[in-house]
Amino acid sequence: MTAQTVAPPRRLEPGRSGRLLSGIDAGSSINLARHLELWGALPSLPAAAVLDMVERSGLLGRGGAGFPTARKLRSVAAGKGRPIVVANGCEGEPASAKDSVLLARAPHLVLDGIQLAARAVGADRAHLVVHHGSAVLPWLRAAMAERRHDPVAVTLETVPARYVASEESAIVSALNGGEAVPMFTPPRPFERGVDRRPTLINNVESLAHLATIARFGPEWFSELGDPAQPGTTLVTVSGAGTDRRVAEVATGTSIGRIVKAAGLTLTNCDAVLVGGYFGCWLPAKTAARLPLTHQALREVGGALGAGIIAVLPPGACGLRETARVASYLAVQSARQCGPCLNGLPAIADAMAALAAGQWDEQTWPALNRWLDVVPGRGACRHPDGAVRFVASALSTFASDVEMHRAGRPCAGTASAPFLPIPTQHRWV
Amino acid sequence: MGVIALQLNPIQCVAHGLCADLFPERITLDEWGYPIIAPGEIPDELVAHARRAARACPTRALVLARTKAG
Repeated sequence: MTAQTVAPPRRLEPGRSGRLLSGIDAGSSINLARHLELWGALPSLPAAAVLDMVERSGLLGRGGAGFPTARKLRSVAAGKGRPIVVANGCEGEPASAKDSVLLARAPHLVLDGIQLAARAVGADRAHLVVHHGSAVLPWLRAAMAERRHDPVAVTLETVPARYVASEESAIVSALNGGEAVPMFTPPRPFERGVDRRPTLINNVESLAHLATIARFGPEWFSELGDPAQPGTTLVTVSGAGTDRRVAEVATGTSIGRIVKAAGLTLTNCDAVLVGGYFGCWLPAKTAARLPLTHQALREVGGALGAGIIAVLPPGACGLRETARVASYLAVQSARQCGPCLNGLPAIADAMAALAAGQWDEQTWPALNRWLDVVPGRGACRHPDGAVRFVASALSTFASDVEMHRAGRPCAGTASAPFLPIPTQHRWV
Repeated sequence: MGVIALQLNPIQCVAHGLCADLFPERITLDEWGYPIIAPGEIPDELVAHARRAARACPTRALVLARTKAG
């Protein structure tokens, strides 16, 4: 392959094509020839150079937790045994579509990233994991067939389309031939994961960023974005008449600006769900000014998660939406741990009664007690995230809560459901 | 060094509840019978009770272990 000079994409308009989304086109996928035209050949770098570039870029993982990617790479590289790379493209969050858009439209950035990560940690095998029946599978198969000469072989794997199946230890369990349920750790996957080897699990967007950092350098990467969390990030924005629109924005961009760029407005809007079903409801006024960073979201008691922004349509009932999601999250429990197995259905039932205005006042102290005792007692963070989501609704929709408790649910309970709930797959 | 603390494997726990009977100083049960363990170090004078609670666990979900400090 001849080396070619390609100018890095610089300009970034929120809501329009940016870096990772450069040159993408609805309805088609960037094939290898077009990918090389857009980005140039992937430079051949020694492991130490990849590690150094990722370190200097300041890249934080884009799967939700925001862990420094370089630190993860170094932990896996230092482990005992030959590492394995797992690219997580499961996108368990129903309100997110960014990983699917990336995998379907720009798969070669992710596949480049897998090769770079494998180089960095010294892996000889890699898995790319998506949900069973995912719409991105044909695009991925086509892209993978174009690059049979990659140094590290990548196999495409699928796990059940359930909320907790994409949790790190659940993916490891599935790849080891077990059920895709979270394990009670330690050992953590980076110590002993797939085939008992040190396992690097990265979100596919994080890997795609690796592909651009290796080409244009860490300084280019951190020209955009918040200094504590550099670069651009993919977000998924939904609202009245807009279902899961994916955009690329510089981190630190205000939520108000992102919403506006997606063609939506916060005027006449009560609340915004930020961070998905493990995130939190924020009053629209708070959200409008809030920069999209882990730090800013943590300060208001929320979580950035995988960059989900859902603008509650005017007239919709936030409590009803919360009750619908709480019921989904209860069913999505892996049913392994008592507090989650019993607590989430109890919370969901209480929220359903509250949303419907068919409320027994004795349930109020019980609901608050459950929200207090359920978090922090599971093998995974599923109950913690579900509780954060429900608790944020009770505070953001406090005035609605008073009305519903008094048996006067708002008119919004009759409007069409807003937040997406996948077809449910019950465990066991 | 590190501190002596009770650790629960929540997947193995099936709510027998013996631990709360044997070590009520630090363990209470939620309304479904699963233990809620008060956080923190177990003082020397209570370690024997904690050990008895861990040993009584029919599913070995509860262990008394020295954890890394902090």
